[in-house]
Amino acid sequence: MARRVLLIEDEPNIIEAISFILSRDGWTVHAHADGTTAFDRVRALPPDLIILDVMLPGRSGFDILRDLRAAPALAAIPVLMLTARGQTKDRELAERLGVSLFMTKPFSNAEVLANVRALVAE
Amino acid sequence: MPKDPANPSHHLTGSRIRARRLDLGLSQAALAQAVAVSPSYLNLIEHNRRRIGGRLLNDIARVLAVDAAVLTSGAEGMLVSALQAAAAMAGHLPEMDRLEEFAGRFPGWAGLIAAQAARIAALEGQVAAMTDRLSHDPRLATSLHAVISAATAIRASADILTTGGALDPDWQDRFHRNILSDSVRLAESSRALAGYLEQAEGAGDTALRSPMDEVAAVLDGWGWHVPALETPAAGAAEALAAAVPGIGAAARALLAGWLRRYAEDAAALPLAPFLQAGAGGAGADPLALAARFGVALDRVLRRIATLPTDGRGPFAGPVGLVVCDAAGVIVTMRPAPGLALGRGGEACPLWPLYRVLGQPGQPVRAEVRLPGERAARFLCYAVAVARPADAWDAPPLVEATMLAIPDAQAPLRDAVPVAAGPGCRICPRAGCAARREPSIIA
Repeated sequence: MARRVLLIEDEPNIIEAISFILSRDGWTVHAHADGTTAFDRVRALPPDLIILDVMLPGRSGFDILRDLRAAPALAAIPVLMLTARGQTKDRELAERLGVSLFMTKPFSNAEVLANVRALVAE
Repeated sequence: MPKDPANPSHHLTGSRIRARRLDLGLSQAALAQAVAVSPSYLNLIEHNRRRIGGRLLNDIARVLAVDAAVLTSGAEGMLVSALQAAAAMAGHLPEMDRLEEFAGRFPGWAGLIAAQAARIAALEGQVAAMTDRLSHDPRLATSLHAVISAATAIRASADILTTGGALDPDWQDRFHRNILSDSVRLAESSRALAGYLEQAEGAGDTALRSPMDEVAAVLDGWGWHVPALETPAAGAAEALAAAVPGIGAAARALLAGWLRRYAEDAAALPLAPFLQAGAGGAGADPLALAARFGVALDRVLRRIATLPTDGRGPFAGPVGLVVCDAAGVIVTMRPAPGLALGRGGEACPLWPLYRVLGQPGQPVRAEVRLPGERAARFLCYAVAVARPADAWDAPPLVEATMLAIPDAQAPLRDAVPVAAGPGCRICPRAGCAARREPSIIA
């Protein structure tokens, strides 16, 4: 069974590009564009890995990450944070909240793919 | 001649008056006539044989077109304070014991150092404001986010098209379309960002100052007296704030709030009867004025601090007004010569402003003496007012107000002397119980 990635991102063309490269690599990709309901989506169908944007409509990626790490059943899911907010304080906040990896946009597809593979293999 | 042991530099006030008068080519008789005293009395003053203060000093300062503080403390006194601040910025003090000698022997160089220190402080403030803005301006953050998102999408799509081998034609078309739409989006968001930055550049310093600083600059320009609000008129404060050019939305909202309060103060304490009651003068106690007009003391203090300085009131120059919240953060500050309380929490806790925070409703009067022979002194009145909480168990909101009248503006009365300072870092007082960090001057 293909491993599942949940992509929480609100930019349609970024969703399409990441979905394409991961699907081509054999992943099943689900996308979710709304911050408010993202946590419910994870709980309903926990994925093997989450790619999480920070600036989302309704709720920030930091808030979603905090909830994930506080939920025992979901706390172990690797989270790759992918954001345009690359300031040190954002990175530090993400690390404090328990992010698995923090990447800033723009990114290279190869780098994203390599990190996804590494995080799920761990 | 009555001596003033606390401030020996004041002994030379007469000499400074004489020097300034001679610089202007004004005869002693002409100056005496202009300020309605006899030439012989002026002669005694000029030879430091009569102490001078209050209205006569202000009148003389006005005729001589000079700040009264310069006559009492001397320009060199203000220069020494500026040099101390400059040295504090540098973090170390070379030959501090010779500071006054330096200012006296090389006033030009000393002035240059002080001016450069002030400019460095202003530039550092701008850098801090820019950093703050980059971090917190939601419009800028949104604009940058749009640019980076579009660039990210373009790069990811282009990456797919150029790497990873053959691609189905449908996918190729799809990613080409995506690149086109994202390019358009990138161009638009870049243009919007450039327009926003140009707008900020056009606004000059305004875009880089805090809203409170913007409000203070507007009020400084008005002399903190607003004739348009002396007559009650509905909506006048909002209309006045709306008409001020070149300030941001946050500053405009703050200014409107300040002006509304001014209008309320003016309605409760109409100018003519307030002046007639001697407000701000040597014989009028602010507490008695509050009782006489049936208003709270903080209202009287604000009203005195915003009296006109055009000759109708008792002051020829600015008097200080400082308002802080329960956290000690200064929310309003009308500067006066020598009145130095930093906004960032580095102020001396001995100022009456902070003392009253712990005793809301208890008025405090004090003669605040800053350290140094030539430093300023202030007659201070302060009171803290607690706004009742509007919910169970909610903490009351406390606000402290302090009126600080420079001794050049009014003779000091029977107030308790308080040895305060400009803030621990640049305060030379030894053995101060309130000291929280070592001084770099001592």
